[in-house]
Order: sequence, then structure tokens, then C-alpha cells
Amino acid sequence: MRVKALVIRILKQFKRDKRTMALLILAPILVLSMLYLVFGDDDYSPRIGLVDIPEEIADQIDLSEAEITYYDEESSAYQDVEEQNLDAYLTIEANQPSITLEGSDPVINSAVLNWMQEAFEPLTGQSSSQLDATFIHGNEDMRHFDYFGPVLLGFFIFFFVFLISGVSFLRERTRGTLERLLSSPLRKWEIVMGYVIGFGLFTIIQATIISTYSIFVLGMMMEGTYIYVLLITLFLSFSALTLGILLSSFAHNELQMIQFIPIVIVPQLFFSGLFNLETISGWVSWIGPLTPLYYAADALRNVMVRGLGFEHIYIQLLVLLSFSVVFVVMNIIVLRQHRRV
Amino acid sequence: MKILLVRGVKKLDKNGKVISVKGVYKNYGKQTVLEGIDLDVTKGEIFGLLGPSGAGKTTLVKQLVGLEEASSGEVFLFDEKQPSLSLIEQIGYMAQSDALYTELSARENLEFFVSLYNLTKQERKERIKAVMKVVDLEDAMDKIVAKYSGGMKRRLSLAIAMLHEPQILILDEPTVGMDPILRKSIWESFNALKESGVTIIVTTHVMDEAEKCDRLGMIRNGKLIAIGSVDELKETAGVDNLELAFLKFGGEQHAS
Repeated sequence: MRVKALVIRILKQFKRDKRTMALLILAPILVLSMLYLVFGDDDYSPRIGLVDIPEEIADQIDLSEAEITYYDEESSAYQDVEEQNLDAYLTIEANQPSITLEGSDPVINSAVLNWMQEAFEPLTGQSSSQLDATFIHGNEDMRHFDYFGPVLLGFFIFFFVFLISGVSFLRERTRGTLERLLSSPLRKWEIVMGYVIGFGLFTIIQATIISTYSIFVLGMMMEGTYIYVLLITLFLSFSALTLGILLSSFAHNELQMIQFIPIVIVPQLFFSGLFNLETISGWVSWIGPLTPLYYAADALRNVMVRGLGFEHIYIQLLVLLSFSVVFVVMNIIVLRQHRRV
Repeated sequence: MKILLVRGVKKLDKNGKVISVKGVYKNYGKQTVLEGIDLDVTKGEIFGLLGPSGAGKTTLVKQLVGLEEASSGEVFLFDEKQPSLSLIEQIGYMAQSDALYTELSARENLEFFVSLYNLTKQERKERIKAVMKVVDLEDAMDKIVAKYSGGMKRRLSLAIAMLHEPQILILDEPTVGMDPILRKSIWESFNALKESGVTIIVTTHVMDEAEKCDRLGMIRNGKLIAIGSVDELKETAGVDNLELAFLKFGGEQHAS
């Protein structure tokens, strides 16, 4: 089969180009390791639910610095936390306050706990160190790296796959081999599929190594099933490589391919959940849902931090797949400018 | 040379023309690159396109291959309008750039390109061996292409164009960078291919190479200024070499 010939050739080229292979695997590992070593703190106003709190107590606690919602039933508060409409909820039993946190974002966790301490100061006259905190996901020891990790993992895989696949397809065009492929019986879809499969096989290896390193060497938080992480990163790689190939058609040389990074790659990082999406200005917040990384980051976080199962990632996987399909179709259309049939 | 018929021999049109270019114009925006090209090529002919660089040779050749489409006018191969997928397997195209995967060896390049055609394993092996013999690169088969000289790359590129035994070979400046001995042997193999019924289109800007073609089309500024056999052209122009003939035909635009 002709696609197979193309796949074999791409893999052979990879084997020869050891530096590119190393870049695809080692660079993300290097950057993730550095980020692991260097990470800072933030400020955030938590969303707190008050469940059936006696009025005389509610009057005495300091409710400023937080968005407060009132609940009658603990179950409905719990549900809102699960759906991430709420960061935590407070119950009081036998005069003993107890807080339940969503828990997956360490920035929010510390904001909630800090708020609690300050809020109960007027009531108890002391910092409530005996505070009873429950985490639905994650725990008190979770580091920022654990929360950002999944996004960064997705980002670096996306970034390097995009760059390398884009540059190789660009080279195919600039050195004339694309023209030669198009003057052979290869169909346009076969060319695109050959690239998707050839690079796909390689990105399976890449995504596996990087995920494994992040989880087992850097100790990135991993609550869910490892195979789901691989599945998500693989789907993300497909969208990255089809996008890379597509955009390479609009570049005339390698430098112009690099110029896509600030336009296409960096914004994805900003809008994919690395920074709290609710603090982003409304007039740019629509960008997130248009980027593949947004869905991959959400799915990765669901698996790695929240330990959720397949029912919480399949929609994201479908969206990522749709991105790839759209990019493939656009690739085939773009190739028509080289050969109409 | 044995002819493998990939999809059967294509029908010639009633006049035995393999290629028919009819009133082709090509514009890129406001720039006109080809201006009313009409020409026919008969089966088993070596047809040369002679002209300086920038004259529109490559653009014309790409219309023949089907990689570009005319702004107006039509190109027929075997009575079928280009671009057409069914024509592709009948054409061997060698572009001006070498179009090789330089990080791979010659063998790997050949194996890749030959596997794009419907040939059996045995046929593939035979074809690779045969074309490398023609271009005299048998000894450099397993060398990485990046280590090839310019002339060697050109020859490998030519070998790839001949790989699937196409009935039409379209070669854009095939012998650039080759030494005279090799050039001579390449032309001998062109003649052998021609004897077996293959039609060859060659572009060149070198006069002595143009002399070897059965017929020539002279191109200048996107126009076909003359067409005919070498002797016919010299005779019509009333001169005894091609260079003078070219100047004469292009004379009205030429100041000197």
C-alpha cells in the first residue's frame, strides 16, 4: 500500500535525524524538569458554599474576600463542587466547622484555607488550626506543579510535534519532493495520511516517554489511569501534527514556521487553563475553546488530578479528534493548489 | 529496455500525437508567463524545449505533467485532458530541483518511489537495478544522498523518473552538472528509450544538447518563437548554427 511506503520512509528519516528525535523527546523533558524546580504562588478569591449555617454563627464570620452561596442541603453543595461551580463548602456540626474542598488546584486550596482561618477569627478569637478539611480530589500536600503539570505536559507535546511535523512537511515542499509525490499515483489523502500515521507512530513513543517521565520521575500527581493519559496525549499529538502540516503550507521557509509559535502556540498556553480561566478578560476568553490544548488540558487534569474515568474524557477526546479531522480535510484542500485531481 | 505496462497502453489521438498543447496561456496575477503556446509531440520523439532561464520552460513543462493548470487553453496527453489521475502513471517527471530525500540512501529513495507504483516485488528490484545502471550509479547505491555530488543527485533524480517505465518522460534540465562523458551516455539511453517507443520532452538552455533532439521548440518570454527539427530551424533562419537561429527568431525583441 502506498501509505505504508510513505510511513516507512518517514520513520527511516526519523532514524537518520537523531537530533530531531532527541529534540522531540528530550526538550519537553528538560523544560518540564526546570518548571518543576521553579514554581511560584498566586492570589485568588474563593467561591464558598455555606450549608445550613445557623444565622447567629453566619453573622459572626467574616464573609468578605469570598463569593458566598447558601445551601440547605449538603448534597447540592457537594454536587456544585464536583461540577466546579464552587471551590468548597462549609458545614457546622456540633459547633465544629468543617470544610470540604474540590482540591485539584493548589492555588485555590490555599486560598480557601487561608480564607477560612481569617473568617473564623472573629468567632473563635483564634486561628482555627483544629479546622477539619476534607478534599474531594487531591490533598493538602498538592504542589502547583501537580496542577499545572498536566497542562504543561500537553503543551510541550503539542509544541514540539507541531514544529517538527510542520518543518518536515515544509521541507517536502521546498526541496521539491512534494511535487514529485504529486506527480506519482499517490492520492492527496494518502500523502496526508502517510504523514499522520508516520508521525503518529513516533509521537506514541514520544508521548509515552514524556508522560512516564513526568509521572514516575518528576512525581507529577497521578490519580487516574495511566493509559488514559497516553490516549489524551496521543489525540493531542494528532491535532498538533495535522495543524503543523496545514500551517506549513503558509510558510516559505523554516524561519516562517517558527513565526507561527507566538501566534498559534503561545496563546494556547494562556487560554488552556494554566492560568485560571475565570480571571481572563471576557473579550479574549472565547479563544480557549477554539484551541486543541484547552480540551487536552481539561481531560489530562480530570485523569491526573481528579482521578476521573473515561466518561469524563471522551468528549474532550472527540473534540480533539474533530480538530484533527478538520485539519486533515483542510490539508487535502490546500494540496489541491499543487494538483487539482 | 522492457516496457512494463502499468495500466495498458494509452490510445494515441488520430494523428499519432502523444502530447497536444492548444492555445495555452498562463498568468500569475498580472504577469503573463505563457502566451498562446501551441505544439504537438509525436510518439517516440525526443522533443526539446530551448530557451533562456525565465522563458517559461518550467511553467510549460508543469502544465504537461499536470502540476499546474493553464489560465486558458488545454493540454492533452493521449487524447486525455490534463490534469488527470489516469495519466499520471504514464508520465515520468524530473523537476529542476533534485527532489530527493537527502538523509536517506539512494536505495531507500528508489525503494520508496518505486513502491508508489503497482509493481510486484520482483519487478521493483529489477527496475531499481535497471535505472541505476542507466545512470551509472550502481556502486553508490547504499551511499547517503547527502554525500552525493551535484551531478550524482541529478542522475539519481533521473533514475527515479524512469523507475516506473513511463511512456512519456518529461525532464526539466536533466543533464545540468554532468560531465560530457556521462552526458553522452545519458543521451544514448534517451535514444534507446525512444527506440522502445517512449516519448521524451527535455528542456535545456544548452545549444549542443538541443542539437540532439528530434525536434525543438524555441521559447522566449513565454512565446514559442519557432518549432521544427534542428535542420529545419537552421534552414528557415538561414544560418548554420542553433544559437544564431535562436537570435534570429527572437530578433524582433532583441536589441543587439
